[in-house]
Amino acid sequence: MNNDKDEVQRIREGDVRTASRLIRNLEDHMPEAKSTIRRIFPHTGKAHIIGVTGSPGAGKSTLTDALIESYRKQGKTVGVLAVDPTSPFTGGAILGDRIRMQRHAEDAEVFVRSLATRGALGGLSKAVGDAIHVLDAMGKDVIMVETVGTGQQEVEIMNHSHTVVVVLVPGMGDEIQAMKAGIMEIADLFVINKADRDGTRQLQTLLMAMLDMAPEFPGGWRPPIIKVENVFDAVTFKGQVGELAEKIDKHYRHLVENQLLGDRLRRKSLVEINEALSACLLEPVLRDLVSSGELERMLDKIVRKECDPYSLAEEATKPYLK
Amino acid sequence: MSERKIRIMVAKPGLDGHDRGARVLARCFRDAGFEVIYTGCHQTPEQIVAGAIQEDVDMVGLSCLSGAHRYLFPRVVELLRERKADDITVIGGGIIPDQDFKMLYDAGIKEIFTPGASLDSIVDWVKSHIKPRA
Ligand SMILES: Nc1nc2c(ncn2[C@@H]2O[C@H](COP(=O)(O)OP(=O)(O)O)[C@@H](O)[C@H]2O)c(=O)[nH]1
Ligand SMILES: [Mg+2]
Repeated sequence: MNNDKDEVQRIREGDVRTASRLIRNLEDHMPEAKSTIRRIFPHTGKAHIIGVTGSPGAGKSTLTDALIESYRKQGKTVGVLAVDPTSPFTGGAILGDRIRMQRHAEDAEVFVRSLATRGALGGLSKAVGDAIHVLDAMGKDVIMVETVGTGQQEVEIMNHSHTVVVVLVPGMGDEIQAMKAGIMEIADLFVINKADRDGTRQLQTLLMAMLDMAPEFPGGWRPPIIKVENVFDAVTFKGQVGELAEKIDKHYRHLVENQLLGDRLRRKSLVEINEALSACLLEPVLRDLVSSGELERMLDKIVRKECDPYSLAEEATKPYLK
Repeated sequence: MSERKIRIMVAKPGLDGHDRGARVLARCFRDAGFEVIYTGCHQTPEQIVAGAIQEDVDMVGLSCLSGAHRYLFPRVVELLRERKADDITVIGGGIIPDQDFKMLYDAGIKEIFTPGASLDSIVDWVKSHIKPRA
């Protein structure tokens, strides 16, 4: 398809409209987007992908905005994907991360895109992974992915990145929540944000103790802890963000210099193939079950306890797994 | 399975910092099942248009209480046109005197809602006029 080739070409030239449209089509599961993303893939792999995760209100968007500025000063181009939750009741969402980043809106080298978490079928991480590829193909040097860190889904999303920044705030009990979800294990850097608050010392001590207990760090990278406060004066804040940006770069160099990038990329590839597999397997099955009305009949049977979901699933997938 | 969602940007151009109305509208759009990108106060038309394109929205809802709508609303439409993105619908709301309606419609604003309009009527308008672009 000639048109399709043009689309890929336009994205590689950095065309914002084409890129944002493709991300939309991928989110909406439009069939034509599937062939485009395949053609996009060979043109990816150049960007440094940075995940930023933490509780709602931890200051992730504010930090991301400051990092954009820092990278732009270095002449790097930047893409941002900001994920916010979909309301489970209405299917709608308010995506408010842009508020903190709008000052970069007119900078042609900065592309900020908001994504809603959408459905429950676990497609979020795939949508994010696809969107990362689009920004990567556009030639962005740095891609930041902001997600609310509350569960397994975030761990999956973070696996799409080379460097994971976990943002914690003193006195919120964040770290406990993050530990449960397995987010602490994937952190490459910790930020203690709002370090003007009470409890900063305690949080720092806790993190240090936790790191001291770790049996080993891959390639000897012990996640650094960076304190950031955005209240007293802009100069201090900029200095701290500069330090954070420097440590993020250092982490990437560490991956490259110690032949660890390959491991990261395998970790990333594993999520990608996992998601592609489940899309390939699940989508046709679900489509058929819905269009034939069989899904509803299955639900009836389960509700009436006439049959268990396990047997029904096995029965339903048999024809596809020859 | 494919499913189109309506995406809307709610933006406040101009100098007034009263965004309660805009926030209420954003929440109302979310409750109607739309994805709403909210960008806050003091937005320039240039920022709004750049944001709307990056977010691939179907519609931009502008809210302005400062009285500068006569300049700001048409400017947004004009910039969208310049960027070949005038398939994005623009509607406006705020304190807008009757005599300004015609010039705003002529400038390409598709609908105008004044403070008397019910939130339901705005949602209904969106539902019947905005189809996610294919
Ligand atoms: N006290 C204090 N507040 C901050 C700091 N950084 C951000 N905030 C505020 O925290 C709130 C949430 O910030 P935001 O970046 O949107 O958080 P996100 O939900 O994690 O993206 C905003 O009101 C910020 O102004 C900080 O260092 N100290
Ligand atoms: Mg945020």
